[in-house]
Amino acid sequence: MSYQWDFSPVWRNAGPLLEGLGNTLWLSGWSILLGLALGLGLALLRLSPSRIASVAALVVIEFYRNTPPLVHFFWIFFGLPILIGVSMSPFTAALLALSIQSGAFFAEIFRGGIVSIERGQWEAGRALGMSEARLMRRIILPQAVRRMIPPLMERSFELVKTTALAATLAYGELLYRAMVIASQTFRPLEIYTAVAVIFFSVLFLASLGMRRVEHVLRRGHR
Amino acid sequence: MSGILRLDGLRKSFGSNEVLRGIDLTVQQGERIAILGASGSGKSTLLRCINFMEVPSAGTVTVAGTPVGEEARGGRCYRPAELARLRTRIGMIFQQFNLFPHMTALQNVAEGPLSVLGVGRAEAEARARQHLAKVGLAEKAEAYPARLSGGQQQRVAIARALAMEPEMLLFDEPTSALDPELVGEVLETILGLSREGRTMLLVTHELGFAFHFATRVIFLHEGMIHEEGTPEQVLKHPRQDRTRAFIGRHSTFAF
Repeated sequence: MSYQWDFSPVWRNAGPLLEGLGNTLWLSGWSILLGLALGLGLALLRLSPSRIASVAALVVIEFYRNTPPLVHFFWIFFGLPILIGVSMSPFTAALLALSIQSGAFFAEIFRGGIVSIERGQWEAGRALGMSEARLMRRIILPQAVRRMIPPLMERSFELVKTTALAATLAYGELLYRAMVIASQTFRPLEIYTAVAVIFFSVLFLASLGMRRVEHVLRRGHR
Repeated sequence: MSGILRLDGLRKSFGSNEVLRGIDLTVQQGERIAILGASGSGKSTLLRCINFMEVPSAGTVTVAGTPVGEEARGGRCYRPAELARLRTRIGMIFQQFNLFPHMTALQNVAEGPLSVLGVGRAEAEARARQHLAKVGLAEKAEAYPARLSGGQQQRVAIARALAMEPEMLLFDEPTSALDPELVGEVLETILGLSREGRTMLLVTHELGFAFHFATRVIFLHEGMIHEEGTPEQVLKHPRQDRTRAFIGRHSTFAF
């Protein structure tokens, strides 16, 4: 049994594949941005003195952390039109699903970073007469962010891989393009290998960059 | 004379543990008070109730004639903005220094005036340099806390409190976290301040220092003021057995 590898369909379709990669990165970038904003909001609600706000944020976070992302995609794309008559493009649905889901994970990273700052720092700020908002902005967050960046980047890599699920909504990202090309060329093995290589290259380069950032962070004042 | 600070019937409980059991105290402008007592006697809690790092369970704190907070159903009620304003007038120095590690010594000292008092950057930094010079650390302005010794960090923390130009200073065991050879420089700095006539309250285990520093000594036992008087009276001629025993335990090696 010898399989004849033929990568020529990959090269012939390099244009659409790269365009798919572009869409993957575009979707990833916006999802990360929106997810970070949502995550910070959820984390602050979670830490707020209001019990209702804190519990509400906890419910959202735990729900999204403990359910499969594919369900979120389907629920938003196919469920919302039926339930409340809101239909959206595959891109918007994927963006919402991804950013809410990663927002839930980001929120836990933000919260963990904030509560990891020693009590003495909070007290020193308060003793100077700082309001809670100013204390957060000037003293707590600048220190917490240094601790949050590595796990935030880790989670963002996870999100980039999860964008492949948008293929199920027929959004033209890398995996969807690959599925189309594979069905036209009957060369799924080569096409999906190429997809794996592309994902690997992008994320591996990104993680090299991340090590660099971590190194710089470690070299800081502490 | 109502004094710059008055405590009336101050109580504080943590759960079922009553740490302060009715403290009455009046502090006059320019007084230097050393608060002594065994660990668990409530001396740090007493200090921390004055600037509301701990909110008292009962009783009132009156600063410069104005009672803090408002009477409400089920105890006094304190608005966060009122407490923040009050804290700008009361400096606190912590046992663990608590400098901001992401800021240089200069930025640490300038932070309060800059971001709380709304002083301009140039002015805040000029003031910060003056205060650093005062604690003998002018040349460490650009150093981050991690590069400073414990004694230097505590002196920066003192400069940080001074930069707010507070009406009184609270010292919470300022030398307890220091290596013995670094205690002297911090005590020197505090003694320097006492020559300026500042109002200061200090919780300490250093009886010898308390003797030279204080105009009045308070001995706390089980959350109440057990004995008070001049350093001469309390430290050399204590009237209460517990005070005598406490002082005896702490001067075993004084020679």
